[in-house]
Amino acid sequence: MTDVLDVSRVKADFPIFERKVNGKPLVYLDSASSSQKPRSVLDAMEHHHRHHYANVHRGIYTIAEESTAAYEGARAKVAKLLNARATGEIVFTKNITEAMNLVAYSWARKNLGPGDPVVITEMEHHANVVPWHILVEERGVELRWIPITDDFQLDLTDLDRLLDGAKLLSVTAMSNVLGTLNDVRLLSDAAHAAGALVNVDAAQAVPHLPVDVQAWDADFVGFTGHKMLGPTGLGGLWARAELLDAMPPFLGGGEMITDVRFDGFEPNEVPWKFEAGTMPFVEASGLAAAIDYLSALGMDAVRAHEKQLTEYTLRALEERFEDRLHIHGPRDVDQRGGAISFLFDRIHAHDVAQVLDEDGVCVRASHHCAKPLMRVLGVPATTRASLYVYNDESDADALVESLAKAEKFFAV
Amino acid sequence: MPGLEDLYREIILDHYRSPRNRGELPVPPATKAEGFNPLCGDEVVLYLDIDPDSETVRDVKIDGQGCSISQASTSMMSSAVKGKPVDEARKLIRAFKALMSIHESKLEGESDGSDLTAELEGVRLGDLEALQGVVKFPVRIKCATLAWNTLQQGLDERESVDA
Repeated sequence: MTDVLDVSRVKADFPIFERKVNGKPLVYLDSASSSQKPRSVLDAMEHHHRHHYANVHRGIYTIAEESTAAYEGARAKVAKLLNARATGEIVFTKNITEAMNLVAYSWARKNLGPGDPVVITEMEHHANVVPWHILVEERGVELRWIPITDDFQLDLTDLDRLLDGAKLLSVTAMSNVLGTLNDVRLLSDAAHAAGALVNVDAAQAVPHLPVDVQAWDADFVGFTGHKMLGPTGLGGLWARAELLDAMPPFLGGGEMITDVRFDGFEPNEVPWKFEAGTMPFVEASGLAAAIDYLSALGMDAVRAHEKQLTEYTLRALEERFEDRLHIHGPRDVDQRGGAISFLFDRIHAHDVAQVLDEDGVCVRASHHCAKPLMRVLGVPATTRASLYVYNDESDADALVESLAKAEKFFAV
Repeated sequence: MPGLEDLYREIILDHYRSPRNRGELPVPPATKAEGFNPLCGDEVVLYLDIDPDSETVRDVKIDGQGCSISQASTSMMSSAVKGKPVDEARKLIRAFKALMSIHESKLEGESDGSDLTAELEGVRLGDLEALQGVVKFPVRIKCATLAWNTLQQGLDERESVDA
């Protein structure tokens, strides 16, 4: 089948695919954990270091102004990618975990008290679970869980009851384990009708689909750069400007103030109020290049490519292993992304990943930082293969062949 | 590059497929200890029945779930310590950790471990040496040591209760 992306050309843009692992081509199927980087991202960071490296928002000399312009330019690119109303609605953070904690520490600590319900789901990543557990312990908020159905979707049967009185709904747009795509707009509407705000974990969505925070009608949306071809160390939070304005600072220090006296301080304007200390501005140049790369491919094309490749991979797994391999996630590719979790009946996820590594096939074997979900699925861990722009049918074929080897190796 | 056969030796796969000493023991008189590997969710539940007169491991039962390395190591551990005096079981723990290149007591300024070598002389690991290949796969060392850490925990807990 013709792919909407010319994957061989895409692959050639990623220097890491020039190497071999155990004498075999690198088959990288762990992008849901972290993605590889195209040459343009590496070049952008090197260029920043070599040509206009200086701290941002501080110097009045030429290269400092260039550095600042690059940093704020990256913010503008993120704002455009997410269809934010204004560039100032984008706050840079270390990663999405910090973005979720920013919502929990700044907005929630100001607005939530004992007994105030926060609603999350059983398919959340720990980054969208533990900050709320901490608030349960510290503030006595009530944590409510939307369950999942046997076909790996959110069970919305009791949604109205769960949202009754809730102050916040915090939900993933796409499960990092199941691949399930949630209907964020539907959930937003229900939460808003109940008087709750909506926080979206878009770590898996932003790299793989067109995301429009206004179409979602969300209040907060977190993302991370390293899963979307950008470098590590930089993610962010989009939030409605009026929410950011009303939120107290999270981390105190340099850059986040307009004045510091002996008896107090005045916080800086949004978004810099939340960007204390020297930020990873070189990485911001890398993220800007990553967004340019994805935009040139087109997010619609990225989604179409992954849908097609997910269908191919699911079918190949089903045909080869039939009911001996359990796939934990929806079957319909309209309802899911390219993170595919699976488990053989009698072979542990780790052992499978070990055999795959011998063939240069990189997959994740763990609880994927989603232990509540693992409890619901009744498994200690799964093996997960996740697809991205540089994967094609040959990667899926290599996965299947290597899995066949693992099955044979551990045959009882 | 070490190959799969270095890691998955036949005797390991045999213990994985046919684990020894599976089951439970009534607590008390047995001691129960649980070990978890937070990385992969592996779990070892260990029941130790120790004869207080002879200070000997009278019976061992194991429960839990995990990868082939952790489950085989647990099975092999149970066979190795069953019927052995407690102090010999403790020596086996140290010998096994040494096999995994873990030297816990070695702090800065201390000896180079020759005391340990002397102490462990004569400790026979037997089948357990099949797990030596795990050292070449650093992320799997925790899988192999889980059972032994759980055993140590069980022995320590029992002693602290007795004391």
